Amino acid sequence: MDFSFTEEQTLLRNMVQSFVQDNYDFDSRMKIVRSEEGMSREIWGHFAELGLLAAPFSEEMGGLDGGPIETMVIMEELGRGLVVEPYLPTIVLCGGILSRHASDAQKETHLPGIIAGEDVWALAYAEPQSRFNPADVLTSAKADGEGYVLNGTKAVVAAAPWASKLIVSARISGDQRDSDGLGLFIVDKSASGVATQDYPTVDGNRASEVTLENVSVGADALIGAAGNGLALLEEALDYGIGAVCAEAIGHMKCLNDATVEYCKTRKQFGVPIGSFQVLQHRMVDMFMEYEQSVSMTYMVNMKLTESEAERKKAAAGAKVQIGKSGRFVGQEAVQLHGGMGMTEELNVGHYFKRLTVIDTQFGNVDHHLKRFAAA
Amino acid sequence: MDLSYSAEDEAFRQEVRDFIEEAFTPDIRRECERSKNGYITKQSHETWQKRLYEKGWAAPNWPTEHGGAGFTPTQKFIFTQEMEAAGAPHTIAFGMTMVAPVIMKFGTEEQKAKYLPDILASNVWWCQGYSEPGSGSDLASLQMKAEDKGDHFLCNGTKIWTTMAQHADMIFCLVRTSNEGKRQQGISFLLIDMHTPGVTVSPLVTLDGPAEGAQEINQVFFEDVKVPKENLVGNLNEGWTCAKYLLEFERGNPYSGGLYRALDKVKKLAGDVVMDGQPLIEDEDFGAKLADLERQIMVMEATELRIFSEVSAGQNIGPGSSSMLKTRGSELQQEVSQLGMEAVGQYGLPFVEDTLASNNESDIGMAGVAPVTPRYFNYRKTSIYAGSNEIQRGIISKAVLGL
Repeated sequence: MDFSFTEEQTLLRNMVQSFVQDNYDFDSRMKIVRSEEGMSREIWGHFAELGLLAAPFSEEMGGLDGGPIETMVIMEELGRGLVVEPYLPTIVLCGGILSRHASDAQKETHLPGIIAGEDVWALAYAEPQSRFNPADVLTSAKADGEGYVLNGTKAVVAAAPWASKLIVSARISGDQRDSDGLGLFIVDKSASGVATQDYPTVDGNRASEVTLENVSVGADALIGAAGNGLALLEEALDYGIGAVCAEAIGHMKCLNDATVEYCKTRKQFGVPIGSFQVLQHRMVDMFMEYEQSVSMTYMVNMKLTESEAERKKAAAGAKVQIGKSGRFVGQEAVQLHGGMGMTEELNVGHYFKRLTVIDTQFGNVDHHLKRFAAA
Repeated sequence: MDLSYSAEDEAFRQEVRDFIEEAFTPDIRRECERSKNGYITKQSHETWQKRLYEKGWAAPNWPTEHGGAGFTPTQKFIFTQEMEAAGAPHTIAFGMTMVAPVIMKFGTEEQKAKYLPDILASNVWWCQGYSEPGSGSDLASLQMKAEDKGDHFLCNGTKIWTTMAQHADMIFCLVRTSNEGKRQQGISFLLIDMHTPGVTVSPLVTLDGPAEGAQEINQVFFEDVKVPKENLVGNLNEGWTCAKYLLEFERGNPYSGGLYRALDKVKKLAGDVVMDGQPLIEDEDFGAKLADLERQIMVMEATELRIFSEVSAGQNIGPGSSSMLKTRGSELQQEVSQLGMEAVGQYGLPFVEDTLASNNESDIGMAGVAPVTPRYFNYRKTSIYAGSNEIQRGIISKAVLGL
C-alpha cells in the first residue's frame, strides 16, 4: 500500500504546474476560448516539446511509458488552469485506445503525429439516441471488399472541430444495443462523406455533430478484432473517467482556495464574512467533498489496470463521487462569492461550469450509480 | 377552512385565461420559452405590458386610485397563478412593484403625478440602485454620495448588479447624504434620470453567456451627476425607511405557479429524451425525482395559499413568511433547473449565445434544449439576489425564533 508519488511523478507535476502558471493564466485562457479556433496550437506545440503528449505511450513508440498515475498528475494540473487544449480526447481517449489495442502498423502510422503535436484526435462514440450507453450504436459499418463503409450520426464529439482524425464506433453486426458487434474505426475527418456541425460548449470547449455518409475506410482502419469494439470503448471511457476525476479535483482545489481566501477578505457588517459559522461549516463541507474526491481519484486511477470488474466498479463509484462533490463545491463556491460568483469575469464560474459538464461527460451521477449497482 | 374557489373567482380565472390567449402572441411566447434568465427583449416586454395596461391589469398590487387593477387578494393570486402557468412575461418589477409603492407611501403629490402614470403605462423603464461593490448583504454600508449643493444633489459613486440598466430611463437609488449617527440614518432615497450627464452603464456578463446588449446585470457609474432636489423621496436621511418598506414587496411573491410551469418543461424534455430505447420519463429513478419535486412544489403552493389567505384576512405577511417563501422558492427554482439539465444529458452541452434570436428547431440535438443549461447556471442567482438565502435564514432566526 502506497499513496505517495515517485520523484519522477513529482517532477512531472511541478513541470506542468509551472508551465500552466507561466503560460495559462485566466486572461490567456479566456483569449484562447474566445479566439476563432477556440484552442491554441502554440500551447499544444509546447505540450509536445515538454513531452506531455508522449507521456502514456511506450518508449519503443517514442513515448515516456507513463501510466494512469502520470495521466492523473497531468490532468489535475491542467484542471487547475482550466486548460481547453484537447489532452483528454487526443491523448487519454484516442491515444489510449491506439497504444493498448492498435496493431504495430497502426501505431507506427498514427502515434508519431500525436506525439509531435501535429494531429488532434477525437473519439466519436455517442449518438443522438444513445444518452450515456456506449453500446447504443446505430452507425453502421458494412463490410465492403477488404474494408468497410460507414453510415450514421455521432453526437457531441468533444474536440472534433480541431481534430484531423476521429475514432468512430460503428456497428458491424447485431442489434442497436447489443454488446457484441461493434468496431472502432480510424476515420480521416477530411474523408469523403464526413461532415461536421461545429459549436462551442457551455464550458468553453468545442464539439461537433458528425455525420458519416458512405464513408469508405480500409481494413487498416479497424482497431482490434471486428465485433469487439465495446470492450475497448468501455475501457477507454473508464480511462477517461480517471482523467476527468483528476481534472475535477484540480478545479475543486482552486475553488476551495479561492472561496476561503474571499471569505477571509470580504467584509460585511464590519467583519470578514468568513467569521460567520454558517459559512465556515459550508467551507468545511466543501473541503471534505474535495478530500473524498481526491481519495476516489487516486483509487480509480490505481484500479484502471486491474481486472475489468474492479476497474468498472471503481470507475462508476468515482464518477458518482466526482459528480456529486463537483456540483456541491461548484454551487457553493458561486454562492459564497455572491454576485461576483455569477460573473464571467471571475474564474470561479468557469470552474463551476466545467465541473457541471464533467458530471455529464461519460455519464452522470444517476447513470454511474446504476452501473455501480450492477458491477 | 375551505380550499375551493367561488363562482366569481372561477369566472375571473376564465377572464384571465381569455386575455392570455389573445395577448400572449407567438413571438412573445417563443421569447419566453427561450429565455435563459427570465427576461425577453425590451420591445416584447413593452408590448406585453401595454396590453395589460389597456386591459386595466398592469398593476395588480396598486390601489385603484392610482390605476390599480382593484383585485381581491384571491383574484391577485389567481392572476399570478394563471400568468405563471402560461409562462407569460413577468412584469419588470422595478417600476411597477418596487419604486411605485414607495412613491405612493412617501412621495409628494407632485411626485405621484409625475411618475406613477408613466410607470402604469410602461412609458418609462426603471432600474434599482441598491447594492454597491462593497455593500451586498450589508446594504447599510453603502457609500454612493449625494452632496447638498443648494438647488441640487451632486452624486458620485457606483451601483452594481443593476438589472436591465441598459434599457432604463430612471433609477431609484439609496445614497449617502450623511455620515453622522447610525449608518442607516444617513441614507436617502433618490430618483435619478439615467440620461443625465455623468451616468454610465457598464455590462456585467453572467455565467449563462448572454448576447451582447442583452446582459441581465450591469454596473452603473455616477460621476458628478446633478440631481434636482425635487427627486428626493421621503425625508432627507430617512431613505432606509423607504428601503425596508420596498423589500417587503420584493420578497412577498408566489412561486408555485412558475415552478409547476418549469417542471412541466422538464417533463416534456424527459418525454423527448430517449434512454435505452425508452423515454427517460418512464425510467423509475428519474420518475421518482420528478415526483418528489412536484410534491415539494405542492408543499410550496399550500404554504403560499395559507400565507396569502392570512394576508387577505387582513394580517401582515411578516418578515418570517416572506423570507421563507423566498428561500424555499429560490431553492426549488434551482432544483427544477438542475433536473432539466440532467434530463437532456449530452445535449445540455452545446452553447447558444443568443437564444432569443433563434428558435427551438435550430437547436442542436433536440428542440428547445438551448436555454436549459444556461438557465441552470443563471438560476444560481436566485439564492444570492434580493437578500441571499443566508440572510433570509438569519431574518427568520431573529424575527421568528428570537435567537
